[in-house]
Amino acid sequence: MTDKPPSKNTERMDFWLWKLPLGIWLWAPLALFAFFAGLAGYMLTQDKTEFVESAMIGQSLPDFALKPAFDGLPGAARSDLVGGQPRLLNIWASWCLPCIAEAPQLEALHAQGVEIVGIAIRDRPEDVANFLARHGNPYTRIGADDISEVQLAIGSSGVPETFVIDAAGVIRYQHIGDIRESDIPILLAELEKAR
Amino acid sequence: MIRVLLTFLAALIALPLSAQDTMPPAPYAYNQLDDPALEAQATALMHTLRCLKCQSQSIADSDAPMAGDMRHQVRSRILAGESPAEIRAWLVARYGDYVSYTPTVSASTWPLFAIPVLLILIVAAVLLRRLGRRRADAGDAS
Repeated sequence: MTDKPPSKNTERMDFWLWKLPLGIWLWAPLALFAFFAGLAGYMLTQDKTEFVESAMIGQSLPDFALKPAFDGLPGAARSDLVGGQPRLLNIWASWCLPCIAEAPQLEALHAQGVEIVGIAIRDRPEDVANFLARHGNPYTRIGADDISEVQLAIGSSGVPETFVIDAAGVIRYQHIGDIRESDIPILLAELEKAR
Repeated sequence: MIRVLLTFLAALIALPLSAQDTMPPAPYAYNQLDDPALEAQATALMHTLRCLKCQSQSIADSDAPMAGDMRHQVRSRILAGESPAEIRAWLVARYGDYVSYTPTVSASTWPLFAIPVLLILIVAAVLLRRLGRRRADAGDAS
């Protein structure tokens, strides 16, 4: 009874983890720390995309009807974007600075025969009229979205954003941010694809 | 010279101000629902929805105009009888999982849920082995 089987301790020592060399146990925490520090450093050097893409691309444009943003152009409804040629749906606002930078590019698209329907976010009629007088009017219609409801319904998270809508009323493409000169061929190609 | 500098300074201050809209907030952006039970539902949901403009805040915490408009959507939809789960699904269908602070199991998030379960299983296995051995030792001893 007193002589215990010697197997107990040796068996415990047999456990595979304990057979690893001692060095691993000393260096593992440091290696782990170095890995996370390296990961953090790497991520800090990477560009952060602040854009949230719409999950509505490929989906049908939700139904909406917005009152005119000012008295110079009609308002905008879903039915205005359906049928005929693909159109651009431009989400913008007179208080948005990148929208000023975008204005000449929208003019250029308009000059190429693209129909652009605007939605003005949280905007006042007099501000919309002033903006168009100063920066040009490429729109055929502008709806006023005073509580961002259509913006939220199509998955847009800021101004300006531009969507390609095909004749069936399906959202085909989303451009986030102001349209640069280099974006025009891309948008024209997307419009062509949506035809 | 001083006047030029002052004008320049004024322009610096005026520029950010002009990048804000001056419209009044949506009706339910800052007003609570009359029914306390519905308001509690709406508030709980708003704390788990991400503001899209200020991405490390919930829409309940943010004063961005867009967060106000999202709170209006939440409250008016709750008032119209939609459940919080339906409203979350509506937003996720538009912005993806990104908009929700409540994690769901998906192709990219499953390890978050699987790893703790795996760890618990490993620990349980080791524990059972040890306890089993101790019991065997005790059996030997008696």
